[in-house]
This record gives sequence, structure tokens and C-alpha cells, in this order.
Amino acid sequence: MLNAVEISHLTVKYPDIKALDDVSFVVKEGDFLGIIGPNGAGKSTLFDSMLGLNTKYDGTIKFFGQDIKKSKKYHKEIGYVPQNPVFEKNFPATVSDVVRMGLRTESDENKIDEILQQLWIHELRNRRIGELSGGQLQRVFIAKALVNNPKILILDEPVTGVDQQSIELFFSILKELNSKQKITIIWSSHDLDAVNKLANHVACLNRTLFFHGESEKFFSDDALVKQYSEASMQEHMHHH
Amino acid sequence: MSFEILTYSFMHRALISGIAIAILCSVVGLFLVLRRYSLFGDAIAHSSFGGIALGLLAGVYPLWTAYGVSIISALIITKIKDRYNISGDASIAVLLSSGIAAGLVIISFSGGFTIDIFSFLFGSILLVSVDDTILILALTGAILIVILLLYRQLLYSTFNEEQAKVSGIPVEKINYLIIFMAGITVVTSIQLVGVLLISALFVIPNVTAIMYGRGFKQTAILSMSFSVFSVVVGILISYIFDITPAGTIVLLSIGILGTTMGIKSAGLLSKN
Repeated sequence: MLNAVEISHLTVKYPDIKALDDVSFVVKEGDFLGIIGPNGAGKSTLFDSMLGLNTKYDGTIKFFGQDIKKSKKYHKEIGYVPQNPVFEKNFPATVSDVVRMGLRTESDENKIDEILQQLWIHELRNRRIGELSGGQLQRVFIAKALVNNPKILILDEPVTGVDQQSIELFFSILKELNSKQKITIIWSSHDLDAVNKLANHVACLNRTLFFHGESEKFFSDDALVKQYSEASMQEHMHHH
Repeated sequence: MSFEILTYSFMHRALISGIAIAILCSVVGLFLVLRRYSLFGDAIAHSSFGGIALGLLAGVYPLWTAYGVSIISALIITKIKDRYNISGDASIAVLLSSGIAAGLVIISFSGGFTIDIFSFLFGSILLVSVDDTILILALTGAILIVILLLYRQLLYSTFNEEQAKVSGIPVEKINYLIIFMAGITVVTSIQLVGVLLISALFVIPNVTAIMYGRGFKQTAILSMSFSVFSVVVGILISYIFDITPAGTIVLLSIGILGTTMGIKSAGLLSKN
């Protein structure tokens, strides 16, 4: 198995604190990694660095063996679903307009139709995005991330503010993408139960990496699970 | 009603230039409005006032100096805004007042207001020359081609800068490009409605079109249609009744906006 992502000695310093301190881990192709950790643990800093939004770091980040500071080609291998996509509520864009933005090549309407059908939002294609519910919006942004056939999908705590039914649908979509389409998934989440159900690897981050390994190992270590479920509960409460 | 006015060559030039400017302003304006930069056109127009005064003082064709001054000051203010983290509305206020202030000082050097200054402040579409018309058509064509070629990058970085960056779009360069195109558009359009009313052409047709709840391309087409309608009808009405074209054009587009609001309040438009 190829290394989809290889992070070595990643350190990010802010004037007063180290947001990330010597973080190293590898994600193999086809892995489904759940990243957990409390607020301020450095999850966003980690993602920003991986996505090229933060370039002030020490260490290296590689996608499929290519250092992202040296090669710009990595952009096309990655689909990214932000936590709370920010946009003007009256932005004149329909669902298909938004998905089309993700498309790098010439407009391919068949591809857009296909992806909208796969995510159960085809009937919404001509609706303005400002009219959608949280769950529908989430699927639109997953569609936008997937329309280029990325090899890696990065999702930032994407279930905040979404109803239970949509969360279930979202989980089944992720599972299918990983198992059938072999897309490598990196997902930061508060929901330990969901991570247990879906991910085959877990990384516990709190500025440094406390644990990284198979989820079975993580979930069989009661002390670790207790520590992180408390941390994520607190954060969850904080969010509501 | 006599159609005689449509046979005058100055009217042909006015209508052709007016339609080109209407299309240009609504397209460039859509990106500015969606970026919450609605007043940026106004600020560039005011800074061009300094450029016009400079041209009149130096004896150079004032629109050339206006292009130079507006584009340079718009790019500088954008750079300053990013560097010193000044908010968008404050940077617009700085740009707006510095242009007018510089213009006033330069004008007082040249011995006070002249008729030329008034035509730039309030527009003089019925006076555009053949050369002006050719320049307006060429710049409109060039900017529309750039927008068509970079459509996805422009739309995506307007929709969400961060996500556009993650997709590998050079967002900073695209931002400067939009400012540059806005600078050219504003100065080109001064001949139609003048410095004082320019932002109306950028903002009103777009705000109206957005209310119809359609996708991006349809919104752009609606906005262009409203804009062209206001300009063409405005020029004709103003000539027939001998009133100012600039004011008539802007009032007509406000009329379309008001009508749209009425239709929307009556529940005849989709929600949003």
C-alpha cells in the first residue's frame, strides 16, 4: 500500500504557543482516519497546513510521496469539506453552480449529474444554496469535493449543526466512498461512537500526537477512550 | 412619437457606448457586490476625480490620467488594506476622500471649476466621440473576454476564498485582477453617468437581479438586461424631455429595483 499522506516532524509555532509540536504520522492509501482531540488541540492548524493554507511550519507534509512545498500537483488529489462553509446567504449560485466550481476541467455536466445522484441531492440541482438545510448543504460540499475524483477526502468536523437523519446518511456515504471507491478519508470528529463505527485508524491530537493506530487498539484501551470522550464531550457542549 | 432621434449619429454613438458600458458595469459589479465591495466602484470613481483634475491641469486628455490614477490608487489601497488589516469599508472611505481632496487641491491650482469638470462629474454620454466609442467597445470586449476565460476562478474565489485557495486557485492574483478590471470599468463608464453616480450602475442592477433567486449565469444575464434597458430608455427619455441622462438612467434602474421588491413582497418570486 502506498503512503497517501506522510507527515514528519510537523511543528507550527505561534508567537505565544506551539500549535503543533513534532507531529508525525502516515496514512496509507485506502485508510479511513478519524482525528480526535479537544478544542485548541491543533486540528485546524494540522488541516490548514495539509491544505496549503498555512505554509509557516517546520517538518514535511507529503501526499503520495510529493512534498507539498515543492509540488503544486497535490491540489488535484485532494477533496476538502470545510466545517462550516462560509458564503453570502443570498449568493446567486445553485447547487449545480457550486459543484461545478469544484470541477477543474471543462464543464462536464454528466459528471455533475452523476455525483449529485450519488449523494441524493439531484432533485436539488437548480435550488439556490441559501435555501438548503444543514444536511443538504453538507452533501453539496461533499459533491463539490468529489467531482474531481480526488484520491484523498479531508473533512473538518462536518456534522456540526446537522440533523440526525442527515448524519446517518452522511456516514453511509463516507463508508461507501471508502470501501467501494477506495478513497482515503481523513476526518476530524467529535463523535467517538461514529469514529468507532467508521474509521479503521484513529489519531488523538492535543498539540502533540498522543495516539495513532488502528481503531480497534484505541477502542480497547479504556483509559484512552475515557480521556478522549470526556475531552470531546466538553468540546461538543462548547459548540452548542 | 418621432423616431427621428434614432437617425442622429451622436445618438448612435451614445446608445452603442451606453449599451457596452451597461453590460460591463453589471458584470464587473456582480463580483464586487458579492464580495461586499459595493462601494468600491464609488471610491475608484472619486479617486479618478483627482486624475481628471490632474489631466485638465497638465493639458493631457483627462480620461488617460484618470485611468492611471484610479487603477494605481485602487491597487495601492488594496495592498494597504491587506498589509495593515484595515476593514473593507474603511479602506473605501480613505480612497474616496483622498481622490476628491487631491482633485479639489489640483483644481484650485488651475483656477477653479470649469465646464469640463462638470461633464466628468455628471456624465456626458451624448457628447462621446467616435474615438471614445471605439475605446469603450475595445475595453468592454477585452474585459468580457478575461471574465469568460477566468470564469471559474473568479466565481470560486468570490464564493469562498479559502476553498478556492485549497483548490489551487491563485486567490490574491484574482483579487488584484478584479480591482484592476473595476478601475478600468469605472473610468470607462464616467462618460455615461459621471463620477457621482457610477456606483449605481455597479450595484442596483445586480441587487435587483439577485432577488430573482436564480443561478449565477441567469443572475448575470438578468442584471445585464436591467442595466441595458435603463441605459437605452434613459438616454432616449432624457433627450426627448431634455433632462440629464445620468440621473434618468439611475432613477430608471431604481424603478426596476422597486418594482422587483414589490413583486417579491407580493409573493410572486421564489423565497430567498
